[in-house]
Formats: sequence, structure tokens, C-alpha cells
Amino acid sequence: MASAGGGEVHRAQHLPGDPRLPEGRPSSRILAPLRAEGVKTVTVAVLSTVVVLTLLVWSVARSANWPVVRDAFFNGLEFRETFPEIARKFVRNVAYFMVAEPFILALALLLAIMRSLPGPVFFPLRAMAVVYTDFFRGIPTVLVVYLLGFGVPSLGLPGVPRDPAFWAVVALVLSYSAYVAEVYRAGIESVHPSQVAAARSLGLGRWHTLRYVVIPQAVRRVIPPLLNDFVALQKDTALVAFVVAVPEAFKMAQIQQAARFNFTPLLAAALMFLVITVPLTRTVDWLIARERRRREAGAAL
Amino acid sequence: MRAEAAPAAGPAATGEPALRLEGVRKSFGRLEVLKGVDLAVAEHEVVCLIGASGSGKSTLLRCINLLEPVNAGRIFVHGEEITARGVDVNRIRRRIGIVFQSFNLFPHMTVLRNVTLAPEKALGLPRAEAEDRALELLGRFGLADKAREYPDRLSGGQQQRVAIVRALAMEPDIMLLDEVTSALDPELVAEVLAVIRELARAGMTMVIATHEMGFARDIADRVCFLDAGVILEEGPPERIFTEPRHERTRRFLQRIIEAGRL
Repeated sequence: MASAGGGEVHRAQHLPGDPRLPEGRPSSRILAPLRAEGVKTVTVAVLSTVVVLTLLVWSVARSANWPVVRDAFFNGLEFRETFPEIARKFVRNVAYFMVAEPFILALALLLAIMRSLPGPVFFPLRAMAVVYTDFFRGIPTVLVVYLLGFGVPSLGLPGVPRDPAFWAVVALVLSYSAYVAEVYRAGIESVHPSQVAAARSLGLGRWHTLRYVVIPQAVRRVIPPLLNDFVALQKDTALVAFVVAVPEAFKMAQIQQAARFNFTPLLAAALMFLVITVPLTRTVDWLIARERRRREAGAAL
Repeated sequence: MRAEAAPAAGPAATGEPALRLEGVRKSFGRLEVLKGVDLAVAEHEVVCLIGASGSGKSTLLRCINLLEPVNAGRIFVHGEEITARGVDVNRIRRRIGIVFQSFNLFPHMTVLRNVTLAPEKALGLPRAEAEDRALELLGRFGLADKAREYPDRLSGGQQQRVAIVRALAMEPDIMLLDEVTSALDPELVAEVLAVIRELARAGMTMVIATHEMGFARDIADRVCFLDAGVILEEGPPERIFTEPRHERTRRFLQRIIEAGRL
């Protein structure tokens, strides 16, 4: 799946259900070995964690500049004063995500289907899809956000929204669709040709075959990597901050940081992102592990 | 419905066979797999294709179903040329059922949905009617209690019977069976063969590629020995199996006997 490499968050895309792809070791099952090996193992693991953390904290805390750094980044008072406001602004980040994701899923599926159409007649559609994905996977997302967020509103076209936030979200949709299309495509290509032959032999047309046989199986297989991209998108909603006047969580944190000469608000923003992305990431890993277990149990046809 | 209507419509009465192949050739790249196959299958006839692996049996069946375009030659179904330009392949395929060696059931659908999908989407039957028909067919082949299961919960034999039911649900004029027992454990072969016997009794026109020589001898009206892309020898099973005329047929059957398959 060389085609699915790319941006920083997209490097490792698992595709369970496709035996042709190489498998990494499950980094996901952090707790599984513990559960399997009993109380003694757990005790050792806990002790070792405590020792490592203590050493880490102690070695950082004894550095000469620690008091200064602590006040600048881990200031309890600053945190208490800025966190509630930043948390409230984070609602915008969630909203950007919720608006963008459905469009991404739809546009990406369209691109993946365009790219999988066979025959010379559909060459222009295939070519368009290839150019699109190459283009948007090749540009840093932040650049697309800048270009659309600043560029389109200043064109002043009649009937076109002028809100930079609108165009920033459009930029996220365009950019992420390219990545997600590749995920879908890997899924579509992992459906065995004999499934298509079986459907066509029953007299089902090309579209029905795609709609009822290929795409449902493809999507099922790529749900974990799709969720990976969900996590990445949730983080990248912070990019909207670069072009909007109305602050979301990251922008709010920057404003507070500049006003207070203190970096703690940025950590408050980071915490908000973690609250959403860590459970999502854990869910993804759990899904990947479950898919692998099911496959190893030989349940998959 | 169509199967019953067809004889009344007359193609059989005019002497036109259910299926006719004229000089069918098929190549994959530089490899010519079929080198001019002629074959006529009468209505209600059961023809078994035998021959070594790679002799072109599967390719021949896939060509008849239009899953592979032929390079030369013509194929007729009840007198209509299906290899002609501009033919609606989906309409043709609805009249020709095919069952594959590897079952190829849709793993994300229940058995019932596997069977009803094509009648609903390709024939436009209402879902309730498609399900009624599917359940009736499943019941007829001892699969009624599996209707709500997913394919991966079924044994290989059951899966292959479902695949046969799925093809039958389109009420095809002709059934093509491609090594349908080759992927099965030996103890599961019998249940699938029983289903095919039942179809033969019901008068289904069938072309069967098989390695089960005992079965072929038993069920076939005619056996065709495929060798290097042509039908080298054909005739009633008794004659082919007891007094093959061709040296290569003799040698093939000799190998089969040595393998304990006849």
C-alpha cells in the first residue's frame, strides 16, 4: 500500500482483512499481556512504571531552569483561569470536525469509486481522481487552509461565503478527502475479484455490484484506518486558527498565552484535544485487534 | 417461470439446442486456452466436461457466462447469439447460472440475502416475493434453518449448496457448474452431488466441469473430454469410460483410475 503513505499522521495505515498487506506487531494491545500473565507480572509492571516515572520527574525537576519552566508551562493559577474558556472554545473544534467529516467520507468515496472504474471510457475520470489525490496529498494541509481561508474571501465573488472559517473547513475537506480516498481504494482493491465475478454472473450490473457487494465489504475492512484519519482530522481542526478571527481552542490558547506571557494555556488546549483523541485512538486499536483476532480465528471467508 | 415457458415458446421444438458453441477460441496473452470448441447442448441435457487441469474446462464455462470475452467463435443460447456486439450481458447472464469451485458467497450478507440480492436488484422482484422464493428453494435443498446465518458459519458443503440455490433463484435456463466439489472435504462432496442429481431429475440443462468421474458417469447424458483446448472426444458416458477411442483419453482415464477416482 505504498500509495497510502504521506502526511505525518497517515504513515501507518493498517488494513485488516487484506492478507496481502504486511502486518506489524500489534502495538495496540498494551494491557493484553498483563491480563494474560497474572498478578506477579502486573506488580512488576507497576513497580517498574513507578520507578521510571519517578526518575524522569526527578531528573527534570532538579535541572537548573525547572522553576522558570514550571511557572511558564505548568502554572496552576494560569491553568485554572484559562482552561474553562479554552474548553468552551473547543466546542468549535468539535463542530468543525462534525461538519467536515461527513463531506470527507462522501467525497473520498466518490474519488475512490472514480479511480476504480475499469476500461478506456472512464480514463478521464480515473485521471481526474489520480491528479486530485496526488495534488492534495502533496500539499501541506496548513497551506491549503491558508490559500482558501485568505484567498477565496478576498476574491469577493458574489454569492460566495466570505467567512474564512467556512473556507478553512472546505480546505480540510479537500485535503482529507485525498487521504481517505486512498484508504477506501485500498479497501476496494482488497475485495477479491471472485466476488465481482459472482455478482456479475448473477446478472447484477456494474453499479449494483459495486453498491451491494464491493463497497460494503471494502468499507468494513477499512474502518480502523478511517478512524485513524478521524483522529488526525480532529487535531487538524486547530489549523483553522490560522485564518479565523473567531477563536477556537488553539487560537484562544494563543491569545491567552500572548496576553499573560505564559504558555500554560497552550497546555490547556492540548489537554482538550487529548480528551477527544485518546479515547478515539484506543477505540481504533481495539477495533484493529478485534479484527485481527477474528481473522486469526479463521472466521473470515 | 421462464424455464417452463421456454419450450412452449418453441426454440426447442425447432430443433435449436439450448446452448451451441461454434469454434470458440480464447487466449490469455499469448497462451491460447481454447482452440476452437464446438459443442451443442440440448434442452434438459446434462453434459459433463472432463479433462486434466488446465485443459480449458473452467475457461469454457466462464466464456459461456460471458465472464470472459471470447476471441473468436460464437455462442448461442436458444438460437440467440450472445457473443454478438451490443448484447446486454446482464440479461444473458440472468438466463445462465454459474456455480464456482470456491463458492464465492457474499460474506457480509446472510444466506437469505445472498439468494435474494440478484432477483431483487436484477429482476426487480419485490423483497417479500424474492424472500418467499428463496426460502422455498432453501427448504427444498435442506437449508431452511440456515437462512439467517452468515456464510462463514456454514460448512463448505452447505456453502456450496447455498451458491447453487443462489444461482437457481434467478430461474436460469442453463446451469454451469465449475468443479463445484473440488474445494470440499471428501465427506461433504456427497451432499452437493445429491443436489445436482436433484437438478438433473428436474430437467435442468447443465454443463458440468468435474473431476468426479463416478459422478459424471452416473449423471451425464454425454461426456466431453477436453484436451489442450479442444473437445477431443465426446459420447455417452458408458462408451467414453469403457472404450475411449483416443489415445489421450485413454491415458487420462488411466491416470484417474490409478489415482483411485474411478
